[in-house]
Amino acid sequence: MTALTSDHGGEAAPPRERSERVAVWSRLRPLLLAVTFPAALLGLWHVATVGRPGSLIPPPHEVWLELWDLAVGGVNDDAYSGTLHVHLLASLSRVYGGFALAVLLALPLGMLIGRVPLARQLIDPTIQILRPVPVTAWLPLAMIMFGLGPRSAFFLVFLGAFYPILVNTIFGVRSVEPRLFEAAAMLGCSGSAQFFRVVLPAALPSIFTGLRLGLGFAWVVIVVGEMTGVQTGLGAIIMEARQLSRTEIVICGMIVIGTVGFLSDRLVMLIGRRLLSWSPSHG
Amino acid sequence: MAEATVPILEMKNVGKVYAQNGRSIEALRGANLRVKKGEFICLIGASGCGKSTLLRMAAGFEAATVGDNLMWGVPITGPGPSRGMVFQDYGLFPWLNVRDNIGFGPKSRGRPRSEIRDTVDHFIDLVGLRQFADVYPHQLSGGMKQRVAIARVLANDAEIVLMDEPFGALDAMTRERLQDELVEIWSRTGLTVLFVTHAIEEAIFLADRVVVMSPGPGRIVREDTIDLPRPRDIASTEFNDWRRLLSSQLHSHHARKAG
Repeated sequence: MTALTSDHGGEAAPPRERSERVAVWSRLRPLLLAVTFPAALLGLWHVATVGRPGSLIPPPHEVWLELWDLAVGGVNDDAYSGTLHVHLLASLSRVYGGFALAVLLALPLGMLIGRVPLARQLIDPTIQILRPVPVTAWLPLAMIMFGLGPRSAFFLVFLGAFYPILVNTIFGVRSVEPRLFEAAAMLGCSGSAQFFRVVLPAALPSIFTGLRLGLGFAWVVIVVGEMTGVQTGLGAIIMEARQLSRTEIVICGMIVIGTVGFLSDRLVMLIGRRLLSWSPSHG
Repeated sequence: MAEATVPILEMKNVGKVYAQNGRSIEALRGANLRVKKGEFICLIGASGCGKSTLLRMAAGFEAATVGDNLMWGVPITGPGPSRGMVFQDYGLFPWLNVRDNIGFGPKSRGRPRSEIRDTVDHFIDLVGLRQFADVYPHQLSGGMKQRVAIARVLANDAEIVLMDEPFGALDAMTRERLQDELVEIWSRTGLTVLFVTHAIEEAIFLADRVVVMSPGPGRIVREDTIDLPRPRDIASTEFNDWRRLLSSQLHSHHARKAG
């Protein structure tokens, strides 16, 4: 490259300028493409709803105003004004609380099932049968066991996050390349030391996938969980607003869940990228 | 005095039978081998001749069905740091960078931190990977990965290095470079090397002694001491004589089996 440009002297500048423009464009392009589609949807939504009082769906700017009112108040001054943080915090604590409990139980259990044949024979069949039962099917039983309230929501979020973490942990600790055990053994690392120095790090990418999926499910389940008659939470206001025909609040709740869920996934991904920089598929 | 008489590695009438799908397969029969400290031995033969089985038994990954595997006259009961293995597929830990891969053995044996650092530095330099110390295995070429694998075994004070077709997956140029480097390291450190290959030229270039093996069942058919002076010239007449001799040896067994 350098040899070529020095040969042509004066002609070296324009191609470089062009290549810079190409670089800027190649960085801007995915962002523009990612924004185009939702912007078009928003436009369609606006055209379809604005100026029609009978519309079941409010136009985008009304939803935006409601979102503003929910967050800081000062627009409608009703029971919902400025309450977003209460609901958000309630949902966040259930999502992360349930998720944390799932991690605490699913990680050790997954390692046990994955590495100890007796544990696998004892527990795995039961789990395989319980796993296909959807979280929504657990809802009535949860309400019977834990009553109407936050404990049911917490339990359902826990359940939603539990299986993806468990299944991926089992897979991770079981699929360690046998060669690595031989390598560790001939270097003087044997027995239980191999678990911490070989099995765990080798299983980390898989475990991480499980955590990410689990947290995603926790956000999916939160609305179902908060339908169990809790007073606060994003799921709770969505359901309550539906009964009051406040559709703009329903949509606001959806937008907040989507945004926070997305940010929480991004955060996990960033942590993963730092932790797994050695892995060609994560780094 | 003991060291002069007791070989570092000795295999006495060793046989290995695998059970596979209800059938038993004889991978090795009646193998006898004595390796003196500091020797460079190449095991050569077609696939299925039991050369890898023999090496894996020396490593302690597999037990003999009959016979004895001894190191310094003591039975080998399992893998250990005194017998380091270099695999064809490297077997590096992907989550550790070059430095930590090389330091894995010393760390496993609970060596003090400063000692590990010095050891690792020394062997990184020995295999010429200073600039790549903080790089992860997936960012390295095959030749560099194999250098790390060799350094990792040396850093762990291995007395015998067992190499299972270590250069088989590398391109010809890289292979020749690594052969040169291996001979250089071996002659400087006084290591004992047991090296499995199916390349005749590689065996003649590297070995003090070439052990020729043959399949069906796997067994040792002859041993030759390569008395060519080092560094060896692969274009010399003497080298070619050896090549012709061993080649005819290997092929005659093939022909007999095919016939």
